[in-house]
Parts: sequence; structure tokens; C-alpha cells
Amino acid sequence: MNWRALCFALIATLPSAATSTEILPSGTTFLSQGLQAQAADAGANPGMLWVADGERLWNTAESAASSSCASCHGDAEVSMRGVATRYPLVIPGSNQLLNLEGRINTCRVQRQNALAYAHESDELLSLSAFVARQSLHMPLKVTVNDANAEFFAAGEAAFHQRRGQLNLSCANCHVERVGLRLRGDVITHALPNAFPIYRLEWQGLGSLHRRLRACALGVRAEMFDYGSEAYLNLELYLTVRANGVAVETPGIRK
Amino acid sequence: MAACFSCDAHASEAGLLAYDIVGDAVPAALGGLLGDPERGREIVLDRRSGNCLICHALPAIDQHFQGELGPALAGVGERLSTGQIRLRLIDQSRINATTIMPPYYRVDALSHVAPEYIGQTALQAQQIEDVVAYLSTLSSSP
Ligand code: HEC
Ligand code: HEC
Repeated sequence: MNWRALCFALIATLPSAATSTEILPSGTTFLSQGLQAQAADAGANPGMLWVADGERLWNTAESAASSSCASCHGDAEVSMRGVATRYPLVIPGSNQLLNLEGRINTCRVQRQNALAYAHESDELLSLSAFVARQSLHMPLKVTVNDANAEFFAAGEAAFHQRRGQLNLSCANCHVERVGLRLRGDVITHALPNAFPIYRLEWQGLGSLHRRLRACALGVRAEMFDYGSEAYLNLELYLTVRANGVAVETPGIRK
Repeated sequence: MAACFSCDAHASEAGLLAYDIVGDAVPAALGGLLGDPERGREIVLDRRSGNCLICHALPAIDQHFQGELGPALAGVGERLSTGQIRLRLIDQSRINATTIMPPYYRVDALSHVAPEYIGQTALQAQQIEDVVAYLSTLSSSP
């Protein structure tokens, strides 16, 4: 290796700052060729069953007193294109961080005269997968601004804090040890661009927050609630790190 | 530095046995307990207790199920003395402050521990001694 190549190799292995402009490789690129091909093929990707169900829900009013998503937003291919690349976000004037699932449930309650879907329910996973799918291949576009800076800082601190009986931080694995094998898994950059994901271990679709709970369990740390502030802050931090990475919902994982 | 809200209380609740560090080793067995290498091997492999293979490789185990975050454990019984192995299990951070190897016999300076594990060590004193006994048998020639 010549000197220049060596320098490049060294730089490439340095942990990247969250604010750097480098675009990180998607978690999908760490999978076997077979799983990558399956994820890319809409006919073979099992997560597409949820997407199809999400389309049905999009067009259906739950009761006579309710209205469908389509009755306000029309054709999702047009109105929802690029939406997922902007979440999580702070609704102006609200000082509250909302992810896509939170946005969907806000619509349910405030506009559709319906009850919020339960976290990890098939309905909420299906609709969020369907909405995110409308941004397929589009780069995530969340950056730090005045409105979200505080949430971002909290997420960043949480990402770097060692936690649990096994005393590991997210960064210990997902920044410092990317590409190394942790038992049967290869550690990735922990990007949120393919969620909700179909995980073979779950035999179903699951949200980013479900994955965060799995990592917490692994280090014997306290698990936070689905949709909790702690996980929303982490979701924002992970999304900003993933700025520029293309949406791949629904991803497949082991 | 990780937060610890009541380290002293944790230490006494867990009833940690005292130990002396000499150089980079804990020469004396915790509580004078005798380790059993057979049990130690089970603890190392068991996903619910030691689960060491998420990070380490062991000889004669399928590559796909071993981690590579730490050094392979083959030959560790020749590289390190029993006392050195003991301290690395008790609290590797005494040797390397930035290590990612979990402290298996420590309850303080930990943060956001899941409720069911608060105040408990990852391995009990007898388990530490069992694992030390097992690792001491690992030579590089099989
Ligand atoms: C002991 C190592 C370890 C720690 C600590 C850890 N994780 Fe993970 N995490 C993994 C492994 C292994 C996987 C599965 C392989 C992968 O996708 O990276 C994973 C997967 C993920 C994924 C899914 C990525 C994808 O593309 O599917 C996200 C997101 C994630 N972790 C976030 C976190 C966050 C946030 C924390 C801290 C709160 C954390 N992890 C702590 C090991 C860890
Ligand atoms: C999350 C990762 C991780 C886990 C889990 C882990 N270790 Fe380690 N271990 C390491 C690393 C990394 C080192 C290298 C030393 C350092 O970091 O200072 C190490 C070093 C060691 C050493 C010293 C090896 C040498 O050649 O010097 C021994 C012995 C050891 N580990 C045993 C164990 C045992 C037994 C377990 C389970 C009860 C275990 N480890 C669990 C990461 C881990």
C-alpha cells in the first residue's frame, strides 16, 4: 500500500462526527447478497405485505364518523412523496418532536375522529411502512436547526453514554466497531433508513424503537417505552447521522 | 463519567466480596472459592450468563457464532496468569479505562441498568472462579 492509500485507509476507519458531510453506508450493504436481493425485490420482500395493507388502510375510513387518509391527502404517491425523509421533526410552535408513527397517530386523533393505533400494531406498522415507501430511494433530509437542537443534543448524549449492566454505549458498537462480528451479526452504523424493517428473528415487521429496545436488552439496560422522548431523541440523532442515505423501507434484517 | 446514584448501597446490597489487586492481577480467589472448569465452560458459552462469545472466539466452535470484538481466547491460559485473568473478568477497566469488555464483578459507576439487574454483578463470585478455572486450562496447542 502506498502512503496515500494508507492515509485514506486510516481516515476511513476514524469515527465520523455526526455533523460531518460524509454519507454513511446503509445497513443493508452489510447483509448477504441473497438478503440484499430479496429486500430490493418488491415481489420477494415479505415487508411488502405490510405495505400493501397500509395502502388499503390509507384508502379506508374506519367508520361513518371518520374519514380516510386519502380523503384529505389524495394519492399517496404524490402527497406522501418525500415526507418520510423529513421526520422526525418538530411541528412549528409545538416544541414536541414527532416521528412518522406519531404524525400518523396525530392525524388519527385530530383529523379522523379515530383512536390512536397502538405502538407496534400491524395497522401502525403498515401505514408507516406504506407512507415511508413513497420516499423509496430518496435521501434522508433531517439536519439540526433551532427547533430540534435541544432534542438532538439529548439524543447525541444518550448515544454516547455507556449504559446497562454490560456498560456499553451505542457508539462503542455502532461507531467504534462497525464491520466487526458480534456473534452472528455484523455491526452496522445503526441508520434508521430502512425502518420499519422485516426481521427474520421477529418473523414480522418492527419499528426502530423495537430495535432500540433489543439493543438495550442486549446490554441489560433499562428499556424505554415505544414513542418515548428518550427514543425520539435517539431517533432524531440517528436520522441526522443518516442524512443523505436513501430510504429503503421496508428493509430486511436477520 | 457514568452516573451512580447510590454506589455504596449497591455494593453492600450485592454483598461483593473484597479483593486485593496486585499489579495487574487479583492473585487470590474471590472468597477463597474453588473454581470448576467444566461449569466455567458452560458459563462462557451460555447466552444467558457469560455470553462471552458475542465478543470472543473460542477454539472448536463454529466461526459464525463467535464475536471478534475482543481477542480470541485460545491460549489465554498460557498468556496470562490465573490472577491476571481474574482481574480482567472482575473489572477490565482497571487495566484499560476505555475498554468495552463489561465489568463482570462490579456494580458501581453503571448507568440505566435494567431494574432486574440493579445492584447485581453480571457474574457471581463462584461463577467468576469457575470461568477463571476454565480459561486457565486454555493453551494454544489443542
Ligand atoms: C453490544 C453492541 C451493541 C450496542 C451497545 C448497541 N447495539 Fe445496536 N445493534 C447491535 C447489533 C449487533 C445490531 C444488528 C446488526 C446491525 O444492524 O448493526 C444492532 C442493530 C441496531 C440498529 C438497526 C440498524 C439496521 O440497519 O437495521 C439500530 C438502529 C441500532 N442498533 C441502534 C442502537 C442504539 C441507538 C444503541 C444504544 C442505545 C445501540 N444500538 C446499542 C449491537 C449493539
Ligand atoms: C462487549 C465485548 C466483550 C465481552 C462481552 C467480553 N469481553 Fe473479554 N475482552 C474484550 C476486549 C475488547 C478485550 C481486550 C482487552 C481490553 O479491551 O482492554 C477483552 C479481553 C479479555 C481477556 C484478556 C485476553 C488477553 O489475551 O489478554 C480475557 C481473559 C477475557 N476478555 C475474557 C472474557 C470472558 C470470560 C468473557 C465473558 C464472561 C468476556 N471476556 C466478555 C471484550 C469483551
